[in-house]
Amino acid sequence: MQKVFGRPKGLTEIPFHYCPGCTHGIIHRLIGEVLEELNIIEDTIGVAPVGCAGFSLDFFSCDFVGAAHGRAQAVATGIKRALPDRIVFTYQGDGDIAAIGTSHAIHVAARGEKITSIMVNNAIYGMTGGQMAPTTLTGQVTTTSPYGRDNGVAGFPLDLPKAIATFDGAVYVASVSVDSPKNILQAKKAIKKAFRVQQAGLGFALVSILSTCPTNWGMSPVDSLKWLQEKMIPVYQMGEIKVAEEVKGL
Amino acid sequence: MSKVLLKGNEAIAEAAMRAGCKLFFGYPITPSTEIIEYLAKHLPEAGGTVLQAECEVAAINMCFGAAAAGARVMTASSSPGISLKQEGISYLAANELPVVIVNINRTGPGLGGLGPTQSDYFQSTRGGGHGDYRLIVLAPSKAQELYDLTMEAFDLADKYRNPVLILADGFLGQMMEPVLLKEKKEGNLPPKDWQTDGCKGRAKRKIASYFLVNELAEEACQRWQAKYDQIKEAEQRWESFYADDAEYLLVGYGTCGRIAKSVVLNARKQGMKLGLIRPITLWPFPVKAFTSHFDGIKGIVTVELNAGQMIEDVKLAVNCRVPVHLYKRQGGMLPHEREILKFVGQVFNLPVRGEA
Amino acid sequence: MMDKVLLAGFGGQGVMFIGKILAYAAMLGSLEVCWIPSYGPEMRGGTANCSVILSDEEIHSPVIDQADAGIVLNKPSFDKFLTRIRPGGVLVVNSSIIEMDKTRDDIEIIAIPAGDIAHEIGNPSLANMVCLGALLPKLKLVSLDKIEKALDEVVGKKKPELYEWNLTAIKKGLES
Repeated sequence: MQKVFGRPKGLTEIPFHYCPGCTHGIIHRLIGEVLEELNIIEDTIGVAPVGCAGFSLDFFSCDFVGAAHGRAQAVATGIKRALPDRIVFTYQGDGDIAAIGTSHAIHVAARGEKITSIMVNNAIYGMTGGQMAPTTLTGQVTTTSPYGRDNGVAGFPLDLPKAIATFDGAVYVASVSVDSPKNILQAKKAIKKAFRVQQAGLGFALVSILSTCPTNWGMSPVDSLKWLQEKMIPVYQMGEIKVAEEVKGL
Repeated sequence: MSKVLLKGNEAIAEAAMRAGCKLFFGYPITPSTEIIEYLAKHLPEAGGTVLQAECEVAAINMCFGAAAAGARVMTASSSPGISLKQEGISYLAANELPVVIVNINRTGPGLGGLGPTQSDYFQSTRGGGHGDYRLIVLAPSKAQELYDLTMEAFDLADKYRNPVLILADGFLGQMMEPVLLKEKKEGNLPPKDWQTDGCKGRAKRKIASYFLVNELAEEACQRWQAKYDQIKEAEQRWESFYADDAEYLLVGYGTCGRIAKSVVLNARKQGMKLGLIRPITLWPFPVKAFTSHFDGIKGIVTVELNAGQMIEDVKLAVNCRVPVHLYKRQGGMLPHEREILKFVGQVFNLPVRGEA
Repeated sequence: MMDKVLLAGFGGQGVMFIGKILAYAAMLGSLEVCWIPSYGPEMRGGTANCSVILSDEEIHSPVIDQADAGIVLNKPSFDKFLTRIRPGGVLVVNSSIIEMDKTRDDIEIIAIPAGDIAHEIGNPSLANMVCLGALLPKLKLVSLDKIEKALDEVVGKKKPELYEWNLTAIKKGLES
């Protein structure tokens, strides 16, 4: 019998602990496939955030380091400066990278730090039980915005990739989604390109991935995908936001 | 080997380079800035990198990453900057990563001033950040010792897989003294069989400090505690100065330690049996120094540049069996020899001759 | 034996520099030495001072309460440090710009028009060196030949012409 589907070598045998319908699992798989296809599992060091993906360090088969909340990109900088020939990536939620750790997001981009950052945007703080995130949509109800996010009080959703694209050192910035088979394929392409940018030593690469949180959104997995498509995609700039000249040839 | 004239901060930087430190992450702050400036000038020649971070928090977390990758790495700052680094230092302790941290103490609380002070004693010796952990804390008192202890700090950090803090003040950092540039000793350090540098030819490794199972978290705490006990047993360091036959003791470290030596010499000229214990490790605190000198001691004065912090450790070390007094200056002021001797005379009712 | 020396003047008058020359001279003579700057905001304008301790044995306390000797290059320094010289000590005063409205009879005061002498040499910025020259005979542990070596070490290698200027100024101070 021919095997047509299996676990990518970039992932370990440990089962994901994520909630039913959560799309972290899809994103993990895409990264696992990319690590395998680029043949970089043994050269890669990942940096995990604090948040739902805090345990992602068990799920990937490369070396992994767990950073303090928001500090993954600073930790990744230290690793990369110590080992310039290795591949270093961060896997961070929106709260981690776009709130408590924003200063590092800006400065790794400005420095052109040769690392790859994967940002998972589900518009909420998942691990702590559904609080408002920097990416929470206007009017969205969370436990810390129980009457809906009020722009007058809590400001506006933060579109980090758009900002990061303005920095010279950021050479590849993309915003993708994992809500449909077509978009999942697009997401994988973007992730793969972000790693290849690092292999070529071109600069900083960021891929933001819109993701669902059925548990904290209080929706079924199917409704969650629909909500992502109808509510989130219109708010965030999608697609390849920045492809620097030197990246186009990849 | 000839001596060179170096500022204390430069001695620290030069020693780090000669200890094989190839990476420095930091943020400028007076009075520690000469460290990053000196390294920015000289480390690239030695094949290393100085990265001026966006903030203190970034700097300490960059150190975290570099140490996890197996590199010898250092950061330096002054009190407010060290406060900002505390979360990262707690993570270093939990993940048992060898990083050398320098604190050129400035006065606090708040922004404070630049004068010599020891106001960060508690912060340094009690861990400093969240959680139940300790740093090895070294307290040099002159440029040569800044050099020697910095070099050794890297070995101690590697030996125990623990962050090491060098605590000095702006006076020591800015003062120039001749320094003998000794070469690194080739020590027998354990292999870094834990570093995350890519899993080629071995099983994957992870470095993390996250426990959702309380039993596992307690196990980790006990492992760290056992390590701290081992350090307490093996690494207490101090200098005894005229302490063997002393009836009264001064206890002071860093700048106070050297001022106190002059006080002791003056007292001895007057026939007063005064001695000095100068702690070199602040954690572990040199409790053994007091057990070995205890019998004839009638009283102790700690000399500190704070409201009285080390005095608590001294009282614990002697089990409060003799009176322990504090002579302090704060806010960046240094005591003169004669005011310390006068105080010793007052509190123990001893005659002190002349203006002294 | 010990020489505790205070040096003070306006920022830019070369106070730190003469301190460094003294420190190098001591080190090259295998003495113990401690050079202590005032630092921080004081570096940026206003009065700058540093102190140097030279010793033939280990220097413990680096805190100078009463100095053996001092050089003051401007009036605020004179006001501040006149009282900081021990009885029997010596203070060199740049009389070109310091009006001595007070004095002490328990110390030796060497008033020297260092600014004018430097001007005559052709480089007004050398008043500090003229004063250093005037102080030299009063120091127990450092002599002219050590100062020459120190000058060579600190400036000679980079700027030989400055070495000559400085040495001339020191000798003028010594002679006067």
